[in-house]
Parts: sequence; structure tokens; C-alpha cells
Amino acid sequence: MLSKRIIPCLDVRGGVLTKGVKFVGNVDIGDPVESARHYYEQGADEIVFYDITASHEGRGIFLDVVERVASQIFIPFSVGGGIRTVQDMRDVLLAGAEKVSVNSAAVNDPDIISQGAAQFGSQCVVVGMDVLKVGVSEKIPSGYEIVIHGGRKHMDLDAVEWARTCEALGAGELCVNSIDADGTKDGYELTLTRMIAEAVSIPVIASGGAGNPQHMVEAVTEGKATAALIASIVHYGEYTIPDIKAYMTGKGVKVRSVW
Amino acid sequence: MIAVIDYGMGNLRSVVNAIEMAGGNPEVVSDPSMLQAAERIVLPGVGAFGDCIANLTRTGFAETLDREVRGKGRPILGICLGMQVMARRGVEFGEHAGLGWFAAEVLRIQPADPALRVPQVGWNDLNVRREHPVLRGLPKGGDVYFVHSFQMCCDDPADILATCDYGGAITAAVAKDNIVATQFHPEKSQDVGLALLANFLRWNP
Repeated sequence: MLSKRIIPCLDVRGGVLTKGVKFVGNVDIGDPVESARHYYEQGADEIVFYDITASHEGRGIFLDVVERVASQIFIPFSVGGGIRTVQDMRDVLLAGAEKVSVNSAAVNDPDIISQGAAQFGSQCVVVGMDVLKVGVSEKIPSGYEIVIHGGRKHMDLDAVEWARTCEALGAGELCVNSIDADGTKDGYELTLTRMIAEAVSIPVIASGGAGNPQHMVEAVTEGKATAALIASIVHYGEYTIPDIKAYMTGKGVKVRSVW
Repeated sequence: MIAVIDYGMGNLRSVVNAIEMAGGNPEVVSDPSMLQAAERIVLPGVGAFGDCIANLTRTGFAETLDREVRGKGRPILGICLGMQVMARRGVEFGEHAGLGWFAAEVLRIQPADPALRVPQVGWNDLNVRREHPVLRGLPKGGDVYFVHSFQMCCDDPADILATCDYGGAITAAVAKDNIVATQFHPEKSQDVGLALLANFLRWNP
């Protein structure tokens, strides 16, 4: 049986790790390669690196970080942030990342999804969606809108409709990040996660709001996600990945244990 | 030297890194004549079946592999699409003939449980059907990493080494003579995958 995945997300800025609360007031918390190794040894099922400033400050991609990670950890990892072109995708994949996550660039130019899928395979292409709850309207029938640039720009695009578009264009997975829940530690946005998971047949990763292991159980049961992204609750040592997995196992959720 | 075949189907870096970690001496090989000097061969691959077999044929690898692997008995490990192309036929984006080393068809996964997604992405536990040196010492029910929408369906169940459960049994590993292949990615399966690679490096079929 497939295990539910626990995926630590490492936000990187200028080569160091940060974790923002609602995308402001970031605090530096360490070296991304060391952190990746630590989570790898603890049993993370996958790791995400996100260049948090890249999409609006034009930062380059941390290819040296990616290369160092690739030579040390033998689980899949993905890289996002600052991916604007198919060439950007190629660069991070050649540096050793398994997957590449596109967000703003895909909203601005959806063709990057189909081009990436055609050239590297759908399994490489994760679409990250930043979503804000806005209430149901004619334009936004689901009540959830796609935003970009860390929530600063509304796109007049319905999140469920966008999820279906991404799937049709060849996305291999969707990472659904609730801007409302991000940094609150009150739990994932389960309504949103479930709505998207039911609208597509590709895997959905829940993101934003994890505060305790019960939240992860909820994400993969009620939320119907196949994976849960986590950040501050492990970055600050509140919980370890083995703690989280032991809890999930106790709740009847199948997770992988490290050999 | 462990030849990692480069025929334009995806990134080889993680495979090379993992073989090094497992104690091998990998070399990326894009010229079929280099296979003569190889002690063992690894055939990776991501992408679509048709492109894969077209590239193997165009680069001359298909013919050379047949000679080195089937003729001379050189040990080979196929990974993911590199396993699938060893089948007789694949049906991804049209019907394509494969290398034909296994009496098998490569068909789209159709999980009995409609809640299960295609592709299968993630860690799934192996059910070992048959003992094999390449699986020796692996933990019972250890998880390995899969990413795929198609699976190899073997005519002869004796070819199947291991399966995983994804709304029905999915072929996870196959073997025959000097050929072994995995649907999952040992290079991305942490210690279980590295142990499998180390076994392959020691295997004398």
C-alpha cells in the first residue's frame, strides 16, 4: 500500500534557510544542505527547496545547493522559486533535483507546464498553487482564488478551475498552499485541499498551517491529500519526523519507516 | 566500470550518485561501443515508452544491448522506464515494440480503487515473490519510491520478483538470467535502494 508522504519544505533565501509566517518577518534558521541531510536521516519522504525571494526579486536558482544535496541524499527532492522558463527547469533537474515546482510562472504562462511535461515528463512537474479564501462569486465559484508573489497579487483565477487546467496541461502533482493557513499552525485548509483533490486525479500535496501531527492525519484523510508539507513545526524542533510518523501510524495512517 | 546508459532520456545524476554511494564506479556512456568495457550495465529512463525505444534504436544502443546482454550475458539493471522497455510491447501514446527481453506488455495502471491516483507517486512496500541475489538482505516490507503511470504485465509470473499493492498487484521488480529490473527508483529509495544497488554490484549471474 502506498505510504502517505511527509515533506519538509525548506525556504531558502541567499543560500540560507528561512521560514516566514504569512510571508513576512522571516527568520534565518540554518544551512539548507545540513537541514536536508538531517531530515533525510530522520525519514523525510521527500524534500522541497523553495527559493522564497526569487519570484519577485529576480534571485538566481541555488544550483550549488541543489548539487550538494543531490550527492548526499537519496530520496526525491524538488526545487521551486524563480523557475520562469523551461531552461530554468532543465538547470535544476540537471543539478540533481527530481522535480521542479512552478508557481507564478505557470499562472503567467501556463505553457511552461505542458512544455516541461513534454520535455522532462509529467513526473517532474509540480505546480505550486498559492490560494486565498475570497468567498464565492461569479468569477470565483469555488470561493478560493489563485494569488501570486506570496499573496500580494490576485489573479482573478478560480483555484479549482486552475487545478483542472494544470492537470490537463500535464502537471504531475499539485501542491496546494493556503495563504490563510500558512504560518498559523491551526491546521491545513481541509476544505480547499479536499476540493482540489476531488477535482483532479493527480496527487495533491497539502501545504500551509501544520501545527501538530494530528493536522497531518487530517490532511491525508479528510483533506484527501497524498502528502503533507511541513516546515516550522520541524524546523524549530517542536516535533521530529519520527514523532510525527509514530503518531500517524497510531492513527492508522500508513507511513514509511526508515530502515 | 558500471556503464550508465545515456540515451537522452532524463537525468542520470541521481543514478550516478547512488551507484557511487553503493560502492560502484559509474560512468555515463553515450556511445554503444563503450559497453564492451563495462563490467555491468544500468539502463535508467524517464519519459514515454515510444521515445525511449526510438532513442535506444537511433543511438545504436538497442542493437548493442541485445548483443552484450543477451549474447554475452553482461549483468544489467533496468530502472523505471528502463525496465518497461525490456518488455515485448508498450501502449503509451500508441503501440510500440520494446526490446522483447521479457514476455510482457506495458499497460496503463488501472487501480481497482477509484480513489487511487495515476500516476502512482510515492513510497510503497515490496511484496517479494521470489528470492533473488539482488534483493538479498532487504528489509521485509521495506518501502521504495515509485513514480509511474504504466506497469509491466508479465505473461510468465515466474519473471516477477516483487510486487506492490496499488489497487491490485503492480509489478515492482522482474528478473531473468542476467537481467534484473525495477519499476521503482533504487537511487531514490534511501537505504533500501542503496542496498539493492550494492547487491547488483556484487551479483554474478
